[in-house]
Amino acid sequence: MAAETSHPAPAGEQGHRRDGLWLLVIWIVLSIIGCLLVAYVWGPHLPPGAMSTSASSQQFDTRVLAVVATPVIIGVLLYFGWALAFWRQKPGDETDAAPIHGNTRIQALWIVVTSAIVLGLAVFGTYELINPAGSGSGQGPQPAFNHGVLAAASDTSWAPNTNNILQVQVIGQQWAWTFRYPQFGGFETTDLVLPVGQQVRFNVTSLDVIHSFWAYQLGVKADANPGVNNVAYTTPYHTGTFVVRCDELCGIWHGAMYDYGKVVSVPNFLTWAHSTETQLAAVTKLLPPYALTYDPTVLANVGKVNQQLGLTSAGGGYYNPADPEQP
Amino acid sequence: MSLPARVATLVIAFLAVVAGGAYVALHYIGSQPPVEDFTSYASNGQVNVTLMTAPQTTVTDKPDWVTYFIQNPATKQFVHTTYFEVPANTKINVTILGYDGCTPLRNPVWGRVTGTEGGVENVSIFNGKTYSPSQPVSVFDSYANCSVQHTFAIPGLGLNVPVASPPTVAENNALCTTSPCVASNSSEALAPHSVVTFSFTTPKKGGTFRWQCFIPCGGGYLDGNGGPMGTPGYMMGQMEVQA
Repeated sequence: MAAETSHPAPAGEQGHRRDGLWLLVIWIVLSIIGCLLVAYVWGPHLPPGAMSTSASSQQFDTRVLAVVATPVIIGVLLYFGWALAFWRQKPGDETDAAPIHGNTRIQALWIVVTSAIVLGLAVFGTYELINPAGSGSGQGPQPAFNHGVLAAASDTSWAPNTNNILQVQVIGQQWAWTFRYPQFGGFETTDLVLPVGQQVRFNVTSLDVIHSFWAYQLGVKADANPGVNNVAYTTPYHTGTFVVRCDELCGIWHGAMYDYGKVVSVPNFLTWAHSTETQLAAVTKLLPPYALTYDPTVLANVGKVNQQLGLTSAGGGYYNPADPEQP
Repeated sequence: MSLPARVATLVIAFLAVVAGGAYVALHYIGSQPPVEDFTSYASNGQVNVTLMTAPQTTVTDKPDWVTYFIQNPATKQFVHTTYFEVPANTKINVTILGYDGCTPLRNPVWGRVTGTEGGVENVSIFNGKTYSPSQPVSVFDSYANCSVQHTFAIPGLGLNVPVASPPTVAENNALCTTSPCVASNSSEALAPHSVVTFSFTTPKKGGTFRWQCFIPCGGGYLDGNGGPMGTPGYMMGQMEVQA
């Protein structure tokens, strides 16, 4: 082989060992520096921030994944750069490189390290799905885990710092979000206000098409499906404003279906909730009884004119039976 | 076929595809209804805007779609559009002539009037002969009384106004058959079933605010959500606030 004749094996192996040693040392140093930077400099700024338990949990997960990925990325880029810089073909040198032989130690090391990373992340991911608030956010109608989450001791009243989680029903409709507070008389409003430091249970549903409730800075996202109650938990850490968006293409004004929510102090929340309950009392009594889904085909108090015009009260009738498809 | 001929054919075919794509983009995707400009009609910090709800749109190729019309401030003719422009920091006095029949609100929470001056709208109902005195209303129970036909809502301003409807079967069955309802057939159009007035103030900064009806009134479409509910110029539009 031309490579073997132009590069005697002992000298080539020595050169490769020197390169390998340098690469190893530089990779270790850069990896330590990179991991520290990712963990402590970039990490606290990773999305979605740390405004709530769920948000900070997601940020922590992302930070861990980024730290694990940093040595891998540095290793690939370092090897790539080293090869470009030092293993370039000399001008006029048209000989082939030395043949590659199997290396049992490297192969075994590769399998062990990658397996450890994948299995470790699997264990970490499973643990993080359960902690700290159930399985994070958007965990569906029947949450499998409720680790650390308060039970809903009462659907009709709420007081801070008690064994009773605050419930907020999120209702998607083309093209706006409304929020219902069953523990404050069941009023429904376009304003989403939450108390700081208190656990919140979002019951997310829709009364028309599929939407997706995404409170970005809170790290909460749950699909809003008609006839389904999707549950998500969080506890706001800080007061402030967060963005509420629809994250499921739901029609022509999907892009405009956003709003801002507020996290306020507990006294301010109670003041707001009680005053809103009073302010909206006239329309609250017209709403259907609170339920975990919002079914517009079940109508209450349908008047005589409505019935004469074809509405058949509970069980359906809102839509014309001749329309193409009805729920 | 010679090489120049093949090249020319390829170029022509390519240009035809590009032109077709541009036509679709500009004609269908980029098109929007005409904009009624009220910015030069403000007087003493106020401007008057008149809308109409109609049970059909006979002036388009979608005659069975419900729709809004906007009255042109100069000609006083009703134009089939839902796009209008108003000045910033100005009191907008809105009149809605309701010609459609009633439909209960899908979500009764939209029965509450919000964002208007005084938190009310003024409603006058036609009983077939005369109009009732205009009364301020703040909440509508559309299921008990079938008292709402559509809504006019600008979510970005917190504005929500249910458009009142006469709670009678006769009036709801006496719908005009050509639109706009006051255009060419006055004997058939009769009078609007309801006249709703309210005022709100535009923000100091300019911007684009979408507005819509919150009753899924697209009859013939799945859950009433398609057709006029999802097409600009019918049951939704934009209010451009000019700073």
